[in-house]
Amino acid sequence: MNSILPWLILLAPLVSAAVITLFTLRWKTLSSAISVAAVFVSFICSCLIFTHRTSAAAEFTWIGIGSVFQVPLGLTLDQLSRMMTVLVSGIGALIHVYSLGYMRDDEGKSRYFAALSLFMFAMLGIVLANNFVMLFIFWELVGFTSYLLIGHWFYRDAAADAANKAFITTRIGDFGFMIGILMIWIATGSVVFAEIAPRMSGLTNHPAFLTISALLICCGAVGKSAQFPLHVWLPDAMEGPTPISALIHAATMVAAGVYMLVRVAFVIQTSPAALLVVAWIGTITAVMAALIATQQDDIKRILAYSTLSQLGYMIMAVGLASNDAAMFHLFTHAFFKALLFLAAGSVIVMLHHEQNIWNMGGLRLKLPITFVTFAAGALALIGCPPFSGFFSKDAILVLAYERNVPIFAVALFTAFLTAFYVIRLLVIVFFGDARTESASESRESSPVMTVPLIVLAILATLGGFAFFTRNFLTLPIEKEVAIIVPALAIAALIVGGGLAIAIYRNRASEPIDLQLLRHKFYFDEFYSWLVYWTQELLARISAFTDRWIIDASAVGGSSRGTWGTGALLRLIQVGNLQAYVFLFGLGIVALIYFAVFH
Amino acid sequence: MVLLTIFCPIIAAIAIMMGASARKTALTASVLTFAAALFLLASFDYSQRNFQHVTSFPISPEWRLSFTTGVDGLSLIMVLLGSIVTLAAIWFAGAIDRSENAFYACLLLISGGAIGAFASIDLFFFYAFHELALIPTFLLIGVWGGANRVAAAWKITIYLAIGSFILLLGLILLYQSVPLGWRSFDIRALQTAAASGQITVDAQRHVYLLLLIGFGILIALFPFHTWAPEAYAAAPAPAAMLHAGVLKKFGLYGLLRLAIPMLPEGARHWATLLVVLLLGNIIYVGLVTIAQKRLDWMLGYSSVMHMGYIFLGIASANVLGTTGAVVLIFAHGLSIALLFGLAGELRKRTGTLAFDDLGGLAKVMPFAGLAFGLGVFAAVGLPGFANFAGEIMIFFGAFRDGWDIGHFHIFQVATVLALWGVVISTVYMLRAYRRAFMGAISEQWKSLLDLRPALHVPVTLLVAALLCYGFFPQSFVRMVAPTFRAYLSANK
Repeated sequence: MNSILPWLILLAPLVSAAVITLFTLRWKTLSSAISVAAVFVSFICSCLIFTHRTSAAAEFTWIGIGSVFQVPLGLTLDQLSRMMTVLVSGIGALIHVYSLGYMRDDEGKSRYFAALSLFMFAMLGIVLANNFVMLFIFWELVGFTSYLLIGHWFYRDAAADAANKAFITTRIGDFGFMIGILMIWIATGSVVFAEIAPRMSGLTNHPAFLTISALLICCGAVGKSAQFPLHVWLPDAMEGPTPISALIHAATMVAAGVYMLVRVAFVIQTSPAALLVVAWIGTITAVMAALIATQQDDIKRILAYSTLSQLGYMIMAVGLASNDAAMFHLFTHAFFKALLFLAAGSVIVMLHHEQNIWNMGGLRLKLPITFVTFAAGALALIGCPPFSGFFSKDAILVLAYERNVPIFAVALFTAFLTAFYVIRLLVIVFFGDARTESASESRESSPVMTVPLIVLAILATLGGFAFFTRNFLTLPIEKEVAIIVPALAIAALIVGGGLAIAIYRNRASEPIDLQLLRHKFYFDEFYSWLVYWTQELLARISAFTDRWIIDASAVGGSSRGTWGTGALLRLIQVGNLQAYVFLFGLGIVALIYFAVFH
Repeated sequence: MVLLTIFCPIIAAIAIMMGASARKTALTASVLTFAAALFLLASFDYSQRNFQHVTSFPISPEWRLSFTTGVDGLSLIMVLLGSIVTLAAIWFAGAIDRSENAFYACLLLISGGAIGAFASIDLFFFYAFHELALIPTFLLIGVWGGANRVAAAWKITIYLAIGSFILLLGLILLYQSVPLGWRSFDIRALQTAAASGQITVDAQRHVYLLLLIGFGILIALFPFHTWAPEAYAAAPAPAAMLHAGVLKKFGLYGLLRLAIPMLPEGARHWATLLVVLLLGNIIYVGLVTIAQKRLDWMLGYSSVMHMGYIFLGIASANVLGTTGAVVLIFAHGLSIALLFGLAGELRKRTGTLAFDDLGGLAKVMPFAGLAFGLGVFAAVGLPGFANFAGEIMIFFGAFRDGWDIGHFHIFQVATVLALWGVVISTVYMLRAYRRAFMGAISEQWKSLLDLRPALHVPVTLLVAALLCYGFFPQSFVRMVAPTFRAYLSANK
């Protein structure tokens, strides 16, 4: 039983997805019940395994060819993965419950819950995988379920396009990821983490090889965690239902890139050059996304950019060679970002699917629970003490301060920007006067939606302390640094927040207009231009060549009566397909007879 | 049992031509064939490396020609593929407006011919069965095809006839390159001769080139591929399913069965050429596929493109790559059959497959949308489908060839480019799916009917087989890896 229990975490959602797809698509309530039951089974099993430190999982062979290529299906059950399964299945369970309310009247509810279950299967698979190939398998499956859920309302053009964009963009990252996996495999002879780790020391004579393979593996994370320059898909992914934005595009899937980098840190950390590149990718993403977020008007897009920015912090921490700081921020971020999205969802639903913040206003009185929980999430996000985000962001800032001062400076500036755009959002949405009719007539959501909010709000508020009491992390905080860094961070927070209040208090429209930021640094435009002038152009040229050169020369050549084809064409002139076919068969027999007779 | 899988469709074809009820007989025969293939699978002896269920009827002892059939792991997977796709194709066929009996007889002949080629241990019948299957393919396109049927039929006929002739020359040369005492039509005997070094290096190089071009034309190897999309677009859906899914795989099977064990020196000599050509399939044809404006042409080109991956596995000439090639042959056969079958159903309803005319169809045809989506994601190599298992073995196998740390050689470069091909195929497949099935639906399609429930059976069959071997590829690996290990170790 003990060796099967960890597999139950994975199998319960898979079975749920299969049963719903095969049998219960017509019965929506039953489908949602199956899916919710499955996620709770996963959650309970995760908790059991978390408390029982000795459980080991059974192992199977997926592909095995002698000693050349062995891909086992096995589970890693170390502290990291056990914590992560509890987090993923726990937040997943809350979002399943919340979805019961949010998707109540959706005609594709069964499809939605089937995809949600499949997502839980894939995401938990990433967490538990014990080798690169298995990790890659679940990695791709997560991308697939993300595609399904972004495209849930597939009959909307925007959702259909966003789903394609997300899948294709992450596949570009996975292209590099796969090459990285191949390189590590060929150099160490294994794909299993536990076998690779001790063999990495044999490669220290090849620093260039290590740097390249480490960076290629990071490509996977850059795609999945939406880091610069592959970040463009995440804001568009907000076309999906809001619970999906919370679960997949904020709390879990996008964090999978960070988790993966931590999981394979034994590869990345062999190359200082790769680490530096990773740290700067995270830093650039953090500040770029924060800048864009200051000029957005869609509540979900602002949160999406804040996710990009926070993921940037995590990747920065990975690049600064601190797995603990990255994971700490991953955990607190999962709580407060899921909370923010779900609270935003509550606002959106109660305002009849209004997402423009300038059409809201004064909602603190109409939606009190939503307001309080949203505010808790917002304060955690900007790193206000004593909310959880303060501790985790502080850990990363301290790290940057010690190891790389330019990165620290940018990170501090990002913290200032974060405070600015989050307080801006809070002020515009919840304070001032209601600016539209639907905003003034809204009421609080039902308990099935507010209870998950309250649970998450408690976690987002207290999460920071819980980690210290469990002694989960050994954070590199030294006495003298520990004072100056939080002091600077709090100063940045106050300046940023104060500025936002000063500018946006009692405003009815945006007073600042920065086109560069409104257009997200023109990345989308640039990429469309790039794709048009590379892929599309090449595709057209190839298609033209194929039709007018390759095909035409083959056909043209034969009509000029060259040997063989000319003879065949004369046969064709018999005019009757059957007659030709008969002659053809006869010719073959004659030829064989002739050949054998000699 | 092997004979049953071959002759059940052929006898049924004859019976249908003599006046038996077409659809019933064809369905019964294909169910029987499928059952026989399943029986062969269930009774497969994994401990044995040789052919099993061998039956032999001597024809000319003097030439050592005999009608010998049997299956090893490689053959059995091909036979299984043939029987599954046959069943699905015949199920999809439905009512035919003219000469229904001849139509079904042609389908069954393709099936019987292809399975016969896969299960023949004799070189002569290996070739003859394939010819038997080609002829009805031409007829199906020429007589029952769509708008462009005459031109497409001529083109495929000319191409494949030339391919067959070159192949035949290669086979004859192969037969004659073995010294008199060893000469035989029995493939096993030829392999023994080759393993004991009876085929000279020069002969290997010549024969390999002929086989590569001959088989290559049949498989649509770049630059001999332009017949394929046109023919598949014009062909009736069941014919496209059977040809792209099964019959085209004959060439790949031939390379694996003949070239890998018998002509290792030829393979080494022409490896660079093959890699360049297969990259033409993957990158160049991949780009051409992106530019397609019609669903059927897109599918035709995509099936040409995916041949590049299987060639990569063959070119790698190691156990990992060739095993992956077999898994991908099987997987591609099923997924392309599924996609062609569904595209045919779409064409029946809309009368057009131009992307500009379609859109949002999943709204009115949810089952077709789901099924096509599964086919699309199988084709782009999503894990869980057998396509991924095959591709990943090919990538690992090819990447390993000629590796030394610090330098990328031709196979590493080819693997990287082939991996980029995965992105290309994701682009065209998802774009096509989005343009046909997602987005807003236009008014004229709002009354379209979804697939009738009877068609859920073949769809489920194809998807189930893809998922089954996607989750458990090891059962295939255990069937073929020992064969290739024996083939490749004999070379050294």
